[in-house]
Amino acid sequence: MPDRDRETKSKYTLDRNMPGAFEGETVSRRRFMNLAANGAGAVAAMAFTLPALGFAIAPIFKRQQWTWQPVGSPSDFTDTDYVTKIVNLVPGIGEAGNSVAYVRKRNPAIDKEPGDKYNQFVALSDKCMHLGCPVRYVQAAQRFICPCHGGVYDFRGMVAGGPPVRPLDRFYTRLNEQTGRVEIGPRYSVNNELQRFAPRFPGEPIDGIGQYLYPAQFDTASPPPK
Amino acid sequence: MPKIPAPPLPKTLQPKPKKPGEANGQAPTHSAPLEAGISVVDWLDERTSLSPGLRWLLWRKVPRGINWAYTLGSATLFAFLNQAVTGVFLAMYYRPDVSGGAYESVRNINDNVFLGQFVRGMHKWGASVMIILIFLHMGRVFFYGAYKYPREMTWVIGVVLLILTLAMGFTGYLLPFDQRSYWATVVGVNINAGGPFIGPFLSNFLLGGADFGATTLSRFYAIHMLLIPGAMAALIGAHLYLVTKLGISAPPWLKPQPDHDGDHEIDQAEV
Repeated sequence: MPDRDRETKSKYTLDRNMPGAFEGETVSRRRFMNLAANGAGAVAAMAFTLPALGFAIAPIFKRQQWTWQPVGSPSDFTDTDYVTKIVNLVPGIGEAGNSVAYVRKRNPAIDKEPGDKYNQFVALSDKCMHLGCPVRYVQAAQRFICPCHGGVYDFRGMVAGGPPVRPLDRFYTRLNEQTGRVEIGPRYSVNNELQRFAPRFPGEPIDGIGQYLYPAQFDTASPPPK
Repeated sequence: MPKIPAPPLPKTLQPKPKKPGEANGQAPTHSAPLEAGISVVDWLDERTSLSPGLRWLLWRKVPRGINWAYTLGSATLFAFLNQAVTGVFLAMYYRPDVSGGAYESVRNINDNVFLGQFVRGMHKWGASVMIILIFLHMGRVFFYGAYKYPREMTWVIGVVLLILTLAMGFTGYLLPFDQRSYWATVVGVNINAGGPFIGPFLSNFLLGGADFGATTLSRFYAIHMLLIPGAMAALIGAHLYLVTKLGISAPPWLKPQPDHDGDHEIDQAEV
């Protein structure tokens, strides 16, 4: 029987000498049943696999909101030393959701990047840009030093030595006109010219081709309204 | 299709010849209780046909000249079983609560639960033992050339098992949720993000968000105790099936000997 099938290439099952074939039938009932049963099985499997997968990867696509946290009044900060402030990145999970921001006033003499309403106060993240360990500010040396692999940053957060691939991340800051408080917003990354980029993971260089090799994530706060 | 003869039963399991005077006679009635166990096994075997499979799995011929290095695979398997059993019971007391409860529950296991320190110690040290054993096993297979034809798929599955074992180590390290776990995970996730294009998204998936967040710990816990162990158990089954099906490779220093047919083949010993 299979050999005879191959000899006649007609699209009608009747011409292919199939037992029980109907006139004008192109798909045999056996073949149709096979497709229907397998298709139903595939639909049933997808019905639980796809929702479960979406459930697991959904957080990647959830964009964070802009939140502002007051950290003090303008007179608390100088342009020669950093003040350590605790900011909360993820609410509701205790200390694991906290991070450290080193805050000072902007000093136009050394801060050459263009000033706007979001950087009148410079707030550096304590996340080392090698692999994310917490850096410590040492005022005597005016350096940020990472305990893990010896990354060193200068007073502006630029890489001064060691393995880090880009300057320390920063937080948007603003002076709230109503309350008169300095507030800290979302984190952003900077390249070696201190241009702003959407936040990246540590260890990802964003100069030149790096910004394309390490694309921005969906789940970080969107860039600021101009 | 020629039928492969069943491997012979070991001497101790072969039926004994009847003693003089017992031939032709019925079994003495007083031995019926002794044979109850046999009839239970027979009842089960008649309905499941398990015994040929068990015989196929357990009483195989292995080449002459094998040594203790051939037990490293079984040793790794037992390390895995140790991790599975102790892990299941640790899960009865562990709480993946990111705001301090996780650390407290591990401290409770260590300090208060009867034998808790022992079971957690078995799991913690067993993890290191398993990593060491799996690398020794891999080294044995590599240096003995046991990955060569026809055992390539056994090697490939073994490498996947190695990667999954390392992933178990990575996800399990976070669970005690002390400073060391936390920062090791931060560093590990950031190393992972260093892969171009896909790396950042993979790290994002691991963390369940842009930063170490509320669900990161429970994510790691679910991956550690459900996702990877399930995959590993299935792959270990496939690995063992292939080992049994293809047989154990002879040590590389063993030269094939001509047998009485003139074919060159490796001597096999029955164990």
